[in-house]
Amino acid sequence: MTLQDHSAISRVMRSDRGIKWFVGLLLAAAVLLPLGHLLFPPESSLHVSTYTLGLVGKYMTYALLAVSIDLIWGYCGILSLGHTAFFALGGYAMGMYLMRQIGTRGVYGDPLLPDFMVFLNWDSLPWYWHGFDMFWFAAVMVVLAPGLLALVFGWFAFQSRVVGVYFSIITQALTFALLLAFFRNEMGFGGNNGLTDFKELLGFDLQASSTRVGLYVTSALALLAGVLVCRWIVASRFGRIIAAIRDSESRTRFIGYRVEHYKLWLFCFSAMLAGIAGALYVPQVGIINPGEFAPINSIEAVVWVAVGGRGTLYGAVVGAILVNYAKSYFTMAWPEAWLYALGVLFVLVTLFLPKGVLGLLQRFKRAES
Amino acid sequence: MSMLKPLRDFTERDRVFDMVNPALRSPKLDVSHGTVLYLEDISVSFDGFRALNDLTLYIQAGELRCIIGPNGAGKTTMMDVITGKTRPDTGSAFFGQTIDLLRLSEPDIAQAGIGRKFQSPTVFEQHTVFENLELSMAGPRGVWAMLYARLNAEQREKIDSVLELTGLQDLRFALAGSLSHGQKQWLEIGMLLMQEPALLLVDEPVAGMTPQETERTAELLVSLAGERSVVVVEHDMEFVRSIARTVTVLHEGSVLAEGSMDQVQSNPKVVEVYLGEQV
Ligand SMILES: Nc1ncnc2c1ncn2[C@@H]1O[C@H](COP(=O)(O)OP(=O)(O)OP(=O)(O)O)[C@@H](O)[C@H]1O
Ligand SMILES: [Mg+2]
Repeated sequence: MTLQDHSAISRVMRSDRGIKWFVGLLLAAAVLLPLGHLLFPPESSLHVSTYTLGLVGKYMTYALLAVSIDLIWGYCGILSLGHTAFFALGGYAMGMYLMRQIGTRGVYGDPLLPDFMVFLNWDSLPWYWHGFDMFWFAAVMVVLAPGLLALVFGWFAFQSRVVGVYFSIITQALTFALLLAFFRNEMGFGGNNGLTDFKELLGFDLQASSTRVGLYVTSALALLAGVLVCRWIVASRFGRIIAAIRDSESRTRFIGYRVEHYKLWLFCFSAMLAGIAGALYVPQVGIINPGEFAPINSIEAVVWVAVGGRGTLYGAVVGAILVNYAKSYFTMAWPEAWLYALGVLFVLVTLFLPKGVLGLLQRFKRAES
Repeated sequence: MSMLKPLRDFTERDRVFDMVNPALRSPKLDVSHGTVLYLEDISVSFDGFRALNDLTLYIQAGELRCIIGPNGAGKTTMMDVITGKTRPDTGSAFFGQTIDLLRLSEPDIAQAGIGRKFQSPTVFEQHTVFENLELSMAGPRGVWAMLYARLNAEQREKIDSVLELTGLQDLRFALAGSLSHGQKQWLEIGMLLMQEPALLLVDEPVAGMTPQETERTAELLVSLAGERSVVVVEHDMEFVRSIARTVTVLHEGSVLAEGSMDQVQSNPKVVEVYLGEQV
């Protein structure tokens, strides 16, 4: 092994078994669930329903959001409490494309205007809705819209050296401001109701089970790619620099790194990743509305990462899936209790599991050996 | 009226704007007049307290200068001004003839060629010794370059030689946080060497070192001078005596005396300031 291997990969190596397991499990899930859906008849106990596919697919997009948060929080110490704003923007970009695909199948049958615009007596399409009839354009906007917002917001925040809890608070304010804006009908994003009643994506019927399978597999592969790209980033020298910024920002400046540039780059990349997650989320749940901007959602996403264990990337995936599974269960069995359960969970994890579930597993393993 | 002030700046006809005078991002260090650092009339106050008081100091290129002074004399604050951490209220600071330090940010100053070792050792505790040196290595600092950066053979050799010089070869894969105080001092000196700065600012390098280590540090700093310029702040008078050509005494934020160690020690003003302390 060369020196280079040591310096660059020593940190990756230490948890390399984890990443191999993760890749293996994710690929298995990407293949086995669709097979269970397609091969076994609905009566069979091995059958996987479209509902389950949609649910797990949704979890995968949440997991990708969690990975994007872990990348900046776990590796660079930037705690964003507004990251679902980027998720929602990606979701709206996809939603706008899906709205334009409805065409004359809407309630009012207008070939150009989505139903809510006809309802508001608008006679033409707002300028920012142009282009969204083309998938490639929407796909570009899925990363560009969150990326640009992160660029502008991050530029001001990092340039003014807003750090720590102050940064977290202004990200909450950001997502709250967007929540209020998107609620307004005049904004032209469907107001309160958001965008829904989607029919098809790239010509595929969104209700068809083959489309559901396709969306599920795409989400799983996007999550896999997201984790691997983030892994590549944190294992590069760039990754060591952002960790240095996390541990001692001013020291990093004194050896000549422009800390603001590093943070800004990372923040934008993370926002784009969150945007992609949002874009995959929307066709699977069939709706995007301003509720996605709610500040509590961003906090929840941070809890996923804390529960899974930050600074590992796949810990974020584990946390997102565990917490959302618990949430699905709770909201059915005992809906009022969920927010309390979430709060208690966060406190417990912070106090007793600073490295999350993965840290706990590692501790068990060490105790065994 | 105060709101009009920025506007008034624009209407002054004899004013040259920063945007017209491009901030010299990475101008070449010019020491053709033999002076590497010019500090003139620098004053810094913290809540009315003057930490630096019209400080004027010149460092010759290739010089090894020792700076002594009682606690609170402003030695560290002076380094803060040079490296961009603290902006002075008045005065000017130039690196060579051309580089205006007061217009550059901390990373720009570091890239221009000023390296610093802090009073209390500050290393990246979650990184290995090797990684600490790698990150400090002179070279490009851009985001994209760092995503693809790979160490070449020459750079690896450079890190190896610094590891050897600092006696940390066996600890290269140890986390810097697990080092002893003295080892951290060495690591920070190693980080400084990796940066290959033209001017080294070394704040209390031998605190926490054994006598042998202190001696080795002295040798190292002496060997660096000549090619580079070195400014050392130290309380250890034995150490200062063993390396110093010129000693500057700071007191209450300005220069009290300057000269050889013997001259300085026999200066009555210095004796008074150090009354009770051994010089
Ligand atoms: N950020 C700050 N805010 C307020 N006062 C400060 C600040 N930094 C330094 N000072 C004060 O300025 C004075 C000079 O401090 P400085 O650290 O430069 O002294 P020093 O010569 O390095 O002393 P020592 O030998 O103890 O390291 C001290 O009285 C200190 O309390
Ligand atoms: Mg000091």
